[in-house]
Amino acid sequence: MPTPAFVADTIQKNSAGLVSDWLAELKALAGGADHRISEGELKEQGTEFIDLLAAAAPTGTDITAEPWRPVREFLERTSRSRALQGFSSSETATFVFSLKRPLFERIRQGTKDPASVAESTWAVTEMLDKLGLHTVAFFQKSREEVIARQQEDLLELSTPVVKLWDGVVALPMIGTLDSARTQVVMESLLQRIVETGSEIAIIDITGVPTVDTLVAQHLLKTVTAIRLMGADCIISGIRPQIAQTIVHLGIDLEGITTKATLADALALAFKRSGLTVTRAKTA
Amino acid sequence: MDRIPILRMGDYLLVTIQVDMHDQLAMTLQDDLTTAVQRTGAKGVLIDISALEMVDSFIGRMIANLSRMARILDARTMVVGMRPAVAITLVELGLSLAGVDTALDVERGMRRLREAVEEAGGSIVDEG
Repeated sequence: MPTPAFVADTIQKNSAGLVSDWLAELKALAGGADHRISEGELKEQGTEFIDLLAAAAPTGTDITAEPWRPVREFLERTSRSRALQGFSSSETATFVFSLKRPLFERIRQGTKDPASVAESTWAVTEMLDKLGLHTVAFFQKSREEVIARQQEDLLELSTPVVKLWDGVVALPMIGTLDSARTQVVMESLLQRIVETGSEIAIIDITGVPTVDTLVAQHLLKTVTAIRLMGADCIISGIRPQIAQTIVHLGIDLEGITTKATLADALALAFKRSGLTVTRAKTA
Repeated sequence: MDRIPILRMGDYLLVTIQVDMHDQLAMTLQDDLTTAVQRTGAKGVLIDISALEMVDSFIGRMIANLSRMARILDARTMVVGMRPAVAITLVELGLSLAGVDTALDVERGMRRLREAVEEAGGSIVDEG
């Protein structure tokens, strides 16, 4: 019997035993039951994988071939859900690799011919290694997707435009400014100015750790865009070090109203809108 | 040939750009507006670009030029209702339209235009 057919036959004949041995192996390697995935679910996955493997194994060990597609897709699904459940990459890889020992045992029991055992063992190793690598590669990809999505979320979260008063909006900027973020900041601020019909916008840079020429240029662009739309812009929250940096870098902030704190900026906004703040009662 | 209408409201001229500008239309507008300012002796021009969705460097310069030309003819110009996307585009193109007065919408623009004209003392306000 040719090797791939023999391997497939062994898997098919011993599928029930293989699954239970495999799961026991997994459990032993994990050092007890895992609370992230139930035993029933694991068993279901194991059974499905063995079935798919038995169907694909007779065609050879080239897992990129078309007959292996269901197996690949199953592993991709599994590794994606593992990634989302918070499993590590080695734990995910172990899911595939731990099948080796039970399968080797079954092969040994299935034939007495040493050459055949060696050859089948090699075929199984090759096959499972490839599948394991595929799983890990896909796991990595899923994780990267998660990271990319979180970055996007962060981008959205980090640009809240708040309404301070009728006709006054403020944007407290936190973190380092880069081109992508400035673009989002600029767009959301301009959009809010249109929506609220605000004539004064305050950009507070208290949370911006450093200001270099690029950041300053981004700020200037935002201020100019705001002016073009017909609103005024005040920049507040400039820390002493940043003031020094701006002057040392020779950045020209001429024509831009700057204030030390958000409170100062709000006071100026009130003054420009003709509002005064008075104490209702003497304390 | 299509033209952008220039409406007269007392001492002010109202230009509402409702279609996407192309170069020929912009040139015609420049001619028409300068002629209208000269003929009517208007003290203020309000250009509403709230419907303008796309600009290029030519249209951006045209807006700045309109403002300067009207200024030479002794009329204050207010550009109102610029969309965020248009503002970002102009900034990215390096056109900051220095010297052009802007406002958020027609109402605010009209108010500011009146203030500016009255400040300059050039308006012949009908006291009655």
